[in-house]
Amino acid sequence: MNKSSNQLIDYTLYLGDCALILGQRNAEWCAHGPILEQDIAITNITLDVIGQSRNFYQYAAQLINAVENKNVTEDSLAYLRTERDFKNLLLCELPNGDWAQTVLRQFFFSTFQQLLFEKLKDGPDEHLSAIAVKSIKEINYHIKWSGEWVIRLGDGTEESHNRMINAVNNLWMYTGEFFIAADYENSDLILLKNKWLEKVKDIFDEATLTVPENVFMQTGGKTGNHTEYLGFVLSEMQSLQRTYPGAEW
Amino acid sequence: MSIHDLELAFQDKIDNEIKIEPKDWMPEAYRKTNLRQISQHAHSEIVGMLPEGNWISRAPSLKRKAILIAKVQDEAGHGLYLYAAAETLGMSRDQLVEDLNSGKAKYSSIFNYPTLTWADMGAVGWLVDGAAILNQVMLCRTSYGPYARAMVRICKEESFHQRQGFESLLVLSKGTKEQREMCQDAINRWWWPSLMMFGPKDSESTNSDQSMKWKIKRKTNDELRQNFVDMIAEQIKLLGMTLPDPNLKWNENRKHYDFGEINWEEFWNVVKGNGPCNKQRLAARNKAHDEGAWVRAAAMAYAEKRKNKLKTKAA
Repeated sequence: MNKSSNQLIDYTLYLGDCALILGQRNAEWCAHGPILEQDIAITNITLDVIGQSRNFYQYAAQLINAVENKNVTEDSLAYLRTERDFKNLLLCELPNGDWAQTVLRQFFFSTFQQLLFEKLKDGPDEHLSAIAVKSIKEINYHIKWSGEWVIRLGDGTEESHNRMINAVNNLWMYTGEFFIAADYENSDLILLKNKWLEKVKDIFDEATLTVPENVFMQTGGKTGNHTEYLGFVLSEMQSLQRTYPGAEW
Repeated sequence: MSIHDLELAFQDKIDNEIKIEPKDWMPEAYRKTNLRQISQHAHSEIVGMLPEGNWISRAPSLKRKAILIAKVQDEAGHGLYLYAAAETLGMSRDQLVEDLNSGKAKYSSIFNYPTLTWADMGAVGWLVDGAAILNQVMLCRTSYGPYARAMVRICKEESFHQRQGFESLLVLSKGTKEQREMCQDAINRWWWPSLMMFGPKDSESTNSDQSMKWKIKRKTNDELRQNFVDMIAEQIKLLGMTLPDPNLKWNENRKHYDFGEINWEEFWNVVKGNGPCNKQRLAARNKAHDEGAWVRAAAMAYAEKRKNKLKTKAA
């Protein structure tokens, strides 16, 4: 396998892993949301991102099978890789915390995803471009929904404001790795950082929240160095496939 | 018009298949019966999200995961339409939710049984949604307009869920030895509780006669239960599985399946709160509601601030 096809596979897996692991976390809210309408809304987002992950995994499987003569599927990629194989951003695997932390995580992620997919859309790979075009429509809604919640909670009651500050303090250190290119990514990734910050500042202004400065950033997700949380997420998600190897479901 | 005349006019409408609408005059007992039934139905959708939500994180393939999430989400949507229908009878959503959480209002007892294995997702879809559909198809023609219209939408989605449940079991029934055992075990556990979903026997049912006269219901509990047994006894042949009832047998004279006696002691105990998961289900609803209180308060406070800002601007 040459370097560039290897890189494309890793990059596609990275995109799929982010979407799947965030979906797995968001799904924990299903049937437990703060109000029925919002239970439905976050479940919609969950379905969107799991759909995105399937598109990326199906493409990655096609790439892998073409060069390695294997029989990889979307499910073997999701269910049979281990903690160190997953390349998702650390942010995606963090516990949901309260509603403030969940909506802020979604807002940070979707805002980044939109910028990334806008570039992907015009990139050289037709498959990734097509997935990006399809996903951007969904992501625009995710940003609108989560951004409105950040504002509502930031500028709501004293309690909700404090909870948002707490969420910002918990999550900010996981946003740095968005823009640090792994060896399977283009180094111009850093150029997205200012646009991302701008959008975050706009929403934070309305939400009466302050953007933290001089925070030491956590990294490692893109290269498989995860938090302690990921192992549990995978154990639960993969349990049936691991218990009954080779079964069809 | 005297009350007596109003009642006659009301019954006349019912007899002529004219739907009763929220602003129409209706006997207080009709309003109460509908409110009780619609709210119980709404609560059942909401509590029913819990046993199935239980398997979302462990769904064995991405396709199954997406199908299951979409299904649980559909149930939330059904809960919403039904709460809206219940509100037309004069009770606020807040009050409805409070009655569920305090244990005052009932929901379908079936959701007080646990989902122990993945096969339960198929069995719940096939048997529980299958039983619910028979009831709901009848309710599409119920006399109260908002309820009937909500049911038309809900029925379309429910029959889809039932087919998905059956298809999921079909895959297991053709799978490995462990999968076939898992499939049979789930059917064994869900069969009798599904039969209980139709409620007490007609001879013991207190609300049935009046509900039939008002066309809230159009079939009795026993009629619906028989329809269900006849349907499932045939469908199970396609799975190559069995139903856990030694007395299940085609009766050529009746042109129906005979079946064994339901354990009514278990039925009444689960209704009274002594089922395997009654406490957990209510605790989960209360936890979600209580932990969401600050979110709802913040949303209200923010909406109020916005309104004031707009007012100041306008002034």
